[in-house]
Amino acid sequence: MSTAALHQEFARIAGPENVFKDASDLLTYSYDAALLPSQPPGLAVRPTTLEALGQVVRLCNQEGLPLTVRGAGTNLSGGTIPAREGVVVVTTALNRIVEINQEDLYAVVEPGVINARLFAEAQKLGLFYPPDPGSQAVSTLGGNVAENSGGLRGLKYGVTRDYVMGLSFFDTEGQLVKTGSRTVKCATGYNLAGLMVGSEGTLGVFGQIILRLIPPPAASRALLAVFDRVQAASETVAAIIAARITPATLEFLDNFTIRTVEEFSGAGLPTEAAALLLIEVDGHPAQVAEEAQKVQEICRAQGATLVRPAADAAEKERIWTARRAAIPALARLKPSVVLEDATVPRSKVPELVRFINDLAKRYELTIGTFGHAGDGNLHPTIVFDQRDAEQEKRVRQAVEELFDRALALGGTLSGEHGLGLTKTRFLVKEVGKATIAWSRRLKRAMDPKGILNPGKIVGA
Amino acid sequence: MGSVTQLARLLAELDEQLITCMRCGFCQSVCPLYGETGREADVARGKLALLDGLAHEMLQDPHGVRERLERCLLCGSCAANCPSGVKVLDIFLKARAILSGYLGLPPAKQLLFRQVLARPALFNRLMSLAPRFENLLTRPVDSLLDTSCARFTSPLGQRHLKRLARVPLHRLEPPRSTPAGASGLRVAFFAGCLIDKLYPAAGRAALKALEHHGVGVEMPAEEACCGIPALSAGDMPTFNKLLGHNLARLDPGRFDYLVTACATCAGTIHQLWPLMCASLSPAAQERARALAAKTRDVSQFLVETDLVQGQAPAPDPQAQPLTYHDPCHLKKSLGVFREPRRLLAANPAWRLVEMTESDWCCGLGGSFSLEHYDLSQRIGKHKLEHIAASGAATVATGCPACMLQISDQLSQAGRRVAVKHYLEIYADTL
Repeated sequence: MSTAALHQEFARIAGPENVFKDASDLLTYSYDAALLPSQPPGLAVRPTTLEALGQVVRLCNQEGLPLTVRGAGTNLSGGTIPAREGVVVVTTALNRIVEINQEDLYAVVEPGVINARLFAEAQKLGLFYPPDPGSQAVSTLGGNVAENSGGLRGLKYGVTRDYVMGLSFFDTEGQLVKTGSRTVKCATGYNLAGLMVGSEGTLGVFGQIILRLIPPPAASRALLAVFDRVQAASETVAAIIAARITPATLEFLDNFTIRTVEEFSGAGLPTEAAALLLIEVDGHPAQVAEEAQKVQEICRAQGATLVRPAADAAEKERIWTARRAAIPALARLKPSVVLEDATVPRSKVPELVRFINDLAKRYELTIGTFGHAGDGNLHPTIVFDQRDAEQEKRVRQAVEELFDRALALGGTLSGEHGLGLTKTRFLVKEVGKATIAWSRRLKRAMDPKGILNPGKIVGA
Repeated sequence: MGSVTQLARLLAELDEQLITCMRCGFCQSVCPLYGETGREADVARGKLALLDGLAHEMLQDPHGVRERLERCLLCGSCAANCPSGVKVLDIFLKARAILSGYLGLPPAKQLLFRQVLARPALFNRLMSLAPRFENLLTRPVDSLLDTSCARFTSPLGQRHLKRLARVPLHRLEPPRSTPAGASGLRVAFFAGCLIDKLYPAAGRAALKALEHHGVGVEMPAEEACCGIPALSAGDMPTFNKLLGHNLARLDPGRFDYLVTACATCAGTIHQLWPLMCASLSPAAQERARALAAKTRDVSQFLVETDLVQGQAPAPDPQAQPLTYHDPCHLKKSLGVFREPRRLLAANPAWRLVEMTESDWCCGLGGSFSLEHYDLSQRIGKHKLEHIAASGAATVATGCPACMLQISDQLSQAGRRVAVKHYLEIYADTL
């Protein structure tokens, strides 16, 4: 088909106002939040119905056009950076919450629904959707499912994977494939939903998603524990888990992050502390009281210099505001930010923290380390100036060493950001050649022309 | 028009600021325009990427970039919510100036800005004649809101416009220079075009409050527009002319504060005069900075100087429900939102009922509304719904531009809710 005929066909399917072909519009669909070069697509299209979405997929396949689905474009691994001359399919208009079922506790959503909106709508009905990626105010559920996003509540409540009951997706022919169900149990057919979660748009294009909702915890309590040794803080994480307590959140901030946050927000953090733990337990009020007590005892036994439970909701809010300020505060130090998410078994957190501090010294880099210590999912955040090629080289080397170490400790390349383009070349180190070969065979079977988000996860 | 390389060189001065955007996309959650369209070119991150593209010659489409850059309310919600602290408004205004300098200004804007707005005496004369013709061209639609709409097909479309004041503020309240009273303070009062020509009652309420609190007032003859319409269009020559005109009439040595009852004027004088005055003489720049430092919204001035203090009285049992809309320029640019509420609370005849998202932009955005009326209306519809849901009999705010937009929305929907400046509510108690 000629380019003009093709544009016309996309316009027929999605409406002319939803097809973008000007260079200026295309540039705005050329990036995401990863620190990678932009790549404008050949066309962007914003379907407003699922039928149109299916037809767009079929047309792309028929014409052999690479297709990259994009929601809010917040991901940190380059998963929504399109292929050259490819088509970006924007899901922001597919934003209907189709159903929230209060009797059977699930929601049916279109892929463009924003995470925080589902959370708020569920909350209004006395229900709870726990996965809360840092970008939840903007990121879409389709993107969350495609990247298997995590968040602050991962330790107790799990990640997006644990809430996907079922979904439908368009295959490359534009046919709708359904998997999973609205039931708690479902043993019908292959667990295709399991395969699609975290597939980063390489195997199909999501239609509707069925997400599990749960009753919210009746009570919660937040605590702040201060340590004068990093080692003691990270060992406390392991000790809490070993004591069979699962806090809803167990966050770690190192001294550099604490000082930066304090300077930025004046939240009243102890700037001399080597590390902080921010801990929240939730559940039945009696259980909360007991666990909060135990956590305090463990913190003290591990050498915390101060353990302070939040007196009221306002103080609890202050504690979490301090945690949320970590990224903004660090981001203001230097123009460029690399936020990594190498993850290790929780017992190895102390070792990983030590290693990151050593990395910062050896490569002369500014690294603030904070993150979900309870899941072993830390976010060493490197701030630098990308315009300085020598600096950038040191960053890349340090990140590579970080991955190697995380894998050596029995960990993984990515806890919640996905592989996208940034970590494709490291995958072999984690899973080996046979896994990549098998994955490629799978992808070829589902996507013979290789149009679905090419280059992501398993490479080209 | 020069080469794109030349344009890139001009934009390069923005590079230090552009690079601070880490493209996290958080601006999407607060952008009123993106909320309607879901298009990346409509949100700050997209526009910053476009400017970056032009500056680095990845893109060769200055017309396309300008068109997208102008699709913005300049409400500053993105900047207020930006984790990296990107100075989005500074960048957008400078970029609009660079692009307008490079591409030229559209003829209609050029005529309006350079031949009318930049000549305050002529502007005042034209506007004082206008009410005589208003009734010929428009018909009244809502007596409570004092709105009218076009009798014939009009370039202003189906708007329900607040009718022009029969007598503008500068004639009701002539220029003056009164000494400090009990407060020991003197202020310069900057009325602004919309208060002068559309909402003189708000201006009178401000003057009444200042007088009540024993504040001396400087009100120079023939103030010019604060310059925001020209600045938004990137028309630096007009902006500089207006700034020069105002600087000549406002000597910061003669008063303690410069106060205004217009959120937009306050934001412009406080933040944009010092930012955009680089081409003026060093002495003029110094004066612009001194004035900016002294500039306060009236509510901010009254509360900050303890002229309004102590506990607000409890509302009457008969108190009517009132709601408050936070103008972007007060809340997001100046961080002023407690002070107007404090003044509203001083009037026991009203009981404040907060609306949902009181700081969601009303959708006017100055000339944005002229060029993108449909989008402006779509954004305003949320405000209308939230006002209606609050059950308020009156909606108060601190910006005449917001009053204009909200009146249009209410009038078209046939909602019987009055629109007032918070100072009018406050002045009733004095």
